[in-house]
Order: sequence, then structure tokens, then C-alpha cells
Amino acid sequence: MKLLLVVTLLLISMASYGDGIIHREKSLYRNIVVSEKAGKRCLIFSVRREQRNQTCIDIDDPDRIVFPYVRMTFAGLLVNPEPSRGLMIGMGGGTISSVLTSVYPDLTMDLVEVDQAVVNVATEYFGFRKTDQINVHVADGRVFTRRALLRKEQYDLIILDAFTGEYIPEHLMTVEFLGDIKSLLTPDGVVIANTFLGSSLYDHESVTYSTVFGPMFSLKMPGTGNRVIVASRMGLPDNKTLMANAMMLKPAFERYNIDLRKYVPNMNRDPDWNTDKRPLTDQYSPANLLRGR
Amino acid sequence: MPIERRITNWTVLTLAFTSGFIIMSIELLGGRILAPYFGSSIYVWGSIITVFMVALSFGYLIGGHLSLKAPRLSKYGLFFVAAAITAVPTIVFGDALMDWVFLRFEDPRYGSLLAAMLLFFVPTAILGMIAPYSVRLLVEETHHSGRVAGGLYFISTLGSALGTLLTSFYFVLLFEINEILVTMAIALVCCFIIALFVDGKVVDGRVIDRKVESKG
Repeated sequence: MKLLLVVTLLLISMASYGDGIIHREKSLYRNIVVSEKAGKRCLIFSVRREQRNQTCIDIDDPDRIVFPYVRMTFAGLLVNPEPSRGLMIGMGGGTISSVLTSVYPDLTMDLVEVDQAVVNVATEYFGFRKTDQINVHVADGRVFTRRALLRKEQYDLIILDAFTGEYIPEHLMTVEFLGDIKSLLTPDGVVIANTFLGSSLYDHESVTYSTVFGPMFSLKMPGTGNRVIVASRMGLPDNKTLMANAMMLKPAFERYNIDLRKYVPNMNRDPDWNTDKRPLTDQYSPANLLRGR
Repeated sequence: MPIERRITNWTVLTLAFTSGFIIMSIELLGGRILAPYFGSSIYVWGSIITVFMVALSFGYLIGGHLSLKAPRLSKYGLFFVAAAITAVPTIVFGDALMDWVFLRFEDPRYGSLLAAMLLFFVPTAILGMIAPYSVRLLVEETHHSGRVAGGLYFISTLGSALGTLLTSFYFVLLFEINEILVTMAIALVCCFIIALFVDGKVVDGRVIDRKVESKG
């Protein structure tokens, strides 16, 4: 009987920590899981359905960026290669802001994350450090944006990454919100958004962004499930400029094993979505329902 | 049961069902309306639910008092039209109101609470008055009152359940928020017209009084 109990307890603990899970946390907004497997440590916001790794780091080589979409985010720098003030909504493991602030010593960033638990986990397990360059704000992205507009803040680099695999904050994917984001951009500023592929939300989301920003880059890389939107207030630079910027940035990103040149041919300028779809607005924003279609 | 009484009862139950439906539909849309200003965090839902609960409780209290004095269907209909009218500012001035609150309250918890109060308290309180007034219109004899109240809550809460489900599953996918709200307001006006029509046509507006007379 005692043996049975011991075996059962052992099985239960193996089941819950079997996939190399080293930390589990239920926050106000989601389940956060940190797993460690094959030398990689990953932050996962959901373990159901497809296991979506939100952010992974290489334990032996923390500079190596494991997750492709994180690398793709830097393609926005091809449009504005010298940002001085950044805003990031949704922090994940904090990798992107850490890389950016070490590549650009003069860059300061506002990091907005709604969930204190994500900030804690990023700090504890992913080596995220608050520095003089990084300000962390635990706040809703929409509320922060509104306040920033009232303060007449301006950013030349805005990254939108508030979307987990499971749930989209619908008020952060509307024409009105993106209009506010556009107003926060300096004339030469760039906005970078990590978005989804493969549901009717792709069409709606693309139409929403192009309604606000006009022409935009849609970056997809073979073998990834993400699309990164890159847009600006000034319109899009030509490929020669993109390539020149990629060359200029090459040395700085070498230690992260990122070569921005390979993104240039994949920076698509032409809509590959159904442009007749309805843009999402504060009045009409069923993003999560559209995802299932 | 005389035919007039039966028609009155069905009218009251149908209208109570509609009001239950609309209360929850508006409550769910409340989350949508506040999100662009205050986010969609748990405290925003806390604000909305608090305001709806407080508004309903005062509505119950006031509706109960109002039912003491010569209750009749036509007066009952006035609750519906009043709720429709007081919902108009929510639709028309909602953004201006939330702008105003947003500028004055830094903390989104109190901001969302005040905004929810300004937007939803009055129409919800008026919709809350409908429940006790419905009981009064339905009750014929004291010893039946528990069963009558139970039946009424059954119907109106089922209406609430259906309003919740249809709004969150389908309406938000098919319509804009204001389209749904305007439709709700029109439905409330229709309820008012139905109440007036039944009041005038079937029971000459004195169903309760006549019962008392015929018994005496």
C-alpha cells in the first residue's frame, strides 16, 4: 500500500515535470511555464494544443536567439537603422529589448507588459535585467499608449508583441489603437508587429494595419509560423536602402548570429491577403473568434 | 384562468425575458466599450459587474416601491421606454465621457469604475425595476407569490443567459457594438408599445384592481 502511494506520487510528479518543466506559474492572465530541454530554456504561455514557445534562450550561449520570429523582429531596423527611443508592448522573455539596448548603447526603451508575473519570470529565468536604458511599465498597452499620447511622447521604434498563441488582446488590434501608435511615431519611426498566419484573422489583421499605415512590409520566412509587419509613417524605402542598412548593421548583429540581409528579399510589399475583408475597429473586434475560422 | 389574465401574464413574462436578455447583453458589451480606455483586465470586469449589481439592487428597491401604487401594464411599459432613452447618451456620448474620465483618473481601476457608473448605472437601474413590478402584475393571491416570483426569475434569468450567449458568441462577430446597442434600445421601445397595446386592448388597464373587486 505504501509502495503504491510512493509510485503514484512519483508518477504524478513525473507527469507534471516530465517535459523538463522547471517552473509553473498561474498569473492573473495566463499559465506561465518555463521548460528546459536540450540546452534550451523556453518561456511558454500555454501548454495546450500546439506548444508555442514564446521565447527561448540557449543556456550555454545566451546571446544566440533560438526563436525565428524574435530574429525577424529586427528586420524593422532595415527601415530605421538608428533608433534612439523605443516602445515595446508585450515583453515576452525580454530578449528583444536586451539585444536592442546592447546593440544601441544610446537607445532607451519603454517596455509595457500587463502581467507582473511575466516580468518576474523574465528576470528570474531569462536573465532579463532592468538597466538605465530600459524602463518596465506594468500596464495595459492601450492605457499606456493613451497616456503616452497625452504626454506627447514620440518613439522612433515601436514593437507590438502582445499576442500569445492562445489569446489576442482584442483592443490592441484595432484601427483606433494603431492610429494612436502611428501618432506616437516620429516621422522616420518604424512600427514592427509580430502577427499570426493561417486563419481568416490574417486577412482582417493585414487590412487593419494597411488601413492605418498604408503600404507596409509583410515579412515571412520559410519554415516559420509567423509574419512580421514592418510599417512607417514615411512610406517604404527601396530594396537598395534596405540592403545598405543590412550591411551597416551586420557587424553589430554578428554575435547574435543574425544576418539581416537574408530578410531583404522576403520583405514583401504587395498584399497577399484578401483586401476586401473588414478592418478591425473598437466597434468591431472579434479577433479571437476570427482566429478559429 | 380568464383569457385576459392569461394574456397579461404572457405579456409580462415575455417582456421580463427581454429585459433579462438586454441587461446581460449590455453588460457584456460594457467590457468592449471600456477596453479602449481602461484595458480588458480583470479590474475592468470588476468595475462593470459591480456597477451592474449595485444598479440592479437599487432598481429592485425602487421598482418594488413603485409597484405599490395602482400597478398597471401601461406604467410597466414606461420602464422599458425610460431605459431606452437613458441608454442613448451611452451610445452617443460614450467616447466623450470616457475621455473626460481618462483625463482625470490615472488609475485605470477607479477610471473604469467611474466610467462604468456614468455609462451604465441609470439604464441598468431602470431595467432592474422591471423585476419586482413584474411580480406585482403577476401575483393574484398572496400564497401564490413565491411560485409566481420563482417563475418570473426563471424566465428573466433564462433571458439573461441567452443574452449573454448570443452576444458573446455571435453578435460581436456579426455587428458593431453601437449597432447592437441601438437594436437593444429599439427592442425596449417595442416592449413599451406592446405593454401599451395589451393594457388598452385586453384588460382596460385595470387587471389587478378588477381582480380585487371581483373577489370582494
